Amino acid sequence: MDLFEYQGKQYFAKYNIPVSAGGVAHTVDEAVVEAEKALYPVVVKAQVQVGGRGKAGGIKLATNADEVRLHAGNILGMDIKGHVVKRVWIEHASDIAEEYYASFTLDRAAKQHLLMLSAQGGVEIEDVAAKDPTAIVKLHINPINGLSLATARQASVDAKIPEKALDGVADMLVKLYECFTKGDCDLAEINPLILKPTGEVHALDAKVSLDSNAAFRHPEWEEYAATEELDAREQLAREKNLQYIGLDGTVGIIANGAGLAMSTLDVVNQVGGSAANFLDIGGGANAELMTAALEVINSDAKVKSIFINIFGGITRGEEVAKGIVEAVKRVTLRAPIVIRLDGTNAEEGRKILAEAGIPDSQLTSRPTMLEAARAAVALAK
Amino acid sequence: MAIFVDQHTKVIVQGLTGGQGRFHGLRNKAYGTQVVGGVTPGKAGQDVEGIPVFDSVEDAVKATGATASFIAVPPKAAPAAILEAARAGIGFVVCITEGIPAQDEARVFATLQRDFPATRLLGPNCPGIISPGKCNIGITAGEIAQLPTASGPNVGIVSRSGTLTYQALYELKQQGIGVSTCVGIGGDPVPGTSFVDCLAEFQADPETHAIIMIGEIGGSAEEEAAEFITNHVTKPMSAYIAGVTAPAGKKMGHAGAIVSGGKGTAQGKMDALRMAGVKIGLNPTEAGSLMAEIVNNLR
Repeated sequence: MDLFEYQGKQYFAKYNIPVSAGGVAHTVDEAVVEAEKALYPVVVKAQVQVGGRGKAGGIKLATNADEVRLHAGNILGMDIKGHVVKRVWIEHASDIAEEYYASFTLDRAAKQHLLMLSAQGGVEIEDVAAKDPTAIVKLHINPINGLSLATARQASVDAKIPEKALDGVADMLVKLYECFTKGDCDLAEINPLILKPTGEVHALDAKVSLDSNAAFRHPEWEEYAATEELDAREQLAREKNLQYIGLDGTVGIIANGAGLAMSTLDVVNQVGGSAANFLDIGGGANAELMTAALEVINSDAKVKSIFINIFGGITRGEEVAKGIVEAVKRVTLRAPIVIRLDGTNAEEGRKILAEAGIPDSQLTSRPTMLEAARAAVALAK
Repeated sequence: MAIFVDQHTKVIVQGLTGGQGRFHGLRNKAYGTQVVGGVTPGKAGQDVEGIPVFDSVEDAVKATGATASFIAVPPKAAPAAILEAARAGIGFVVCITEGIPAQDEARVFATLQRDFPATRLLGPNCPGIISPGKCNIGITAGEIAQLPTASGPNVGIVSRSGTLTYQALYELKQQGIGVSTCVGIGGDPVPGTSFVDCLAEFQADPETHAIIMIGEIGGSAEEEAAEFITNHVTKPMSAYIAGVTAPAGKKMGHAGAIVSGGKGTAQGKMDALRMAGVKIGLNPTEAGSLMAEIVNNLR
């Protein structure tokens, strides 16, 4: 789960990482109220989960209420790379002497935590990596040893952070690491990490991605889930506890297992179609799950055909087939279904489907994934 | 021969009295696996259809001589369960639990590496392992696995995805090709056992003559496998990588299956494996057919 900048800053603040005082605003009037609280000059920042906000005109300096009105008015509702700005973050403008970069992630290849630190901040770190890879210090941290202040300071020296900022940056790194580990982040990134002319080190931006598997020990995350930007289909799927991701195509997909669902998307694409979604109903494929899945797919107006791809392992083919027949009776579908049912007792399952009395215009069965994909794609055209 | 588990493997189930543990533990036993005990704190002295239950892994190991553990407990309890098994001297731990926080997985893996290097963890969030006709630990339906033959050729399977593992077993069964061992390494960010670990074992196993590998988007495990194959694997291989059409930035069901920052794409993984001499199928069936050709050439 990705956080907005303002949520990331609030999250940082819990771990004593210095951030600017500020507030979030949904309207121009709210923006002025927050600006008065933060004290002028302030920065009005678009809250969208996409890079390049500044270039798009989504970050503006304001020295009085009129300027706040002007900029907040322009930025709210602005479309930045397909993301519509619903809220702005207003914070007191910081004086900047220097800009650095710091982040923690999990390096899956090394199976260790990874610190990336650079004295060149405020620009895309990918660009720094491409132009001058030596400008980024990469340090692996064993998760059971953690990060000491001494190690953090040495990494800062290695990254050529100037002497005057060393203590501040090292302290910041230790706090950010604690936020990353105790806060169950997939990513905790500060870009830019600034040095103020007064000598303090400060997080001017916040990019935080949380590990949803850890939600059970973070009840405070519920407020973030409320602002997560899901489309109507994804919202419905979440309510029904389905693993669903909305896409732009015309073939609705239902499969059991994440790998098989991904594979189904690929095969539909290979035969010239495009998938409307990713939907994994898990191992069971009973009538309740299948009904819920069909309801979600049915809510997508773009869907022209539905491809149900089930491999029966422990769940036998006849149970899967009965579930599908029952679900088709319960939901009034707008698009025809093509089923590929394979695995344990697939023959018996197919027989049940064939003898269920569902017209061919509504449901047809194909023995292999490829044939079923072709049939579903043909129906979607 | 087979890799990691065989007819001599004695298994305990941590969480045997829970819904999943009971269901799959009993299925594994019915398949012929030596399921010698279960562990649920506070339930020592009870039994599940004749399988004795113990309070701790240590007690279970002392009483049964178990060498492997099957962990089917909720995500909150799984990290402690894995370490308990390791502390009791279990050499092979299979954890099917889905939803363990990545920070916990990283700490568990680092602890195993430092304190219990003799313990191998398979998973978490994996379907388990089956050496057909010998041992089945996890949730794989044993009946879809073709028995290996003494003369071969037999195929080893290693996969990140559960249902695609079954698909691979099924494709091989359709073709009448025997399977030495089928390992599901799981779709989480920090798997205890990697593709490379399995490839090394398959390469060394005289009963395995060819290897099929099923990967997916995210991470760099397939690229590392490709490098290992180039340098160490002489047995013929086919592979399939799921997620060619997956959009960037979206987790495709598995916590580990995500394309981010242009890394972990299916195309990159296929290219790396192709360079290593692996035959690439564009769907699971094609990978199965390619394997059938490989096996026919070996016959």
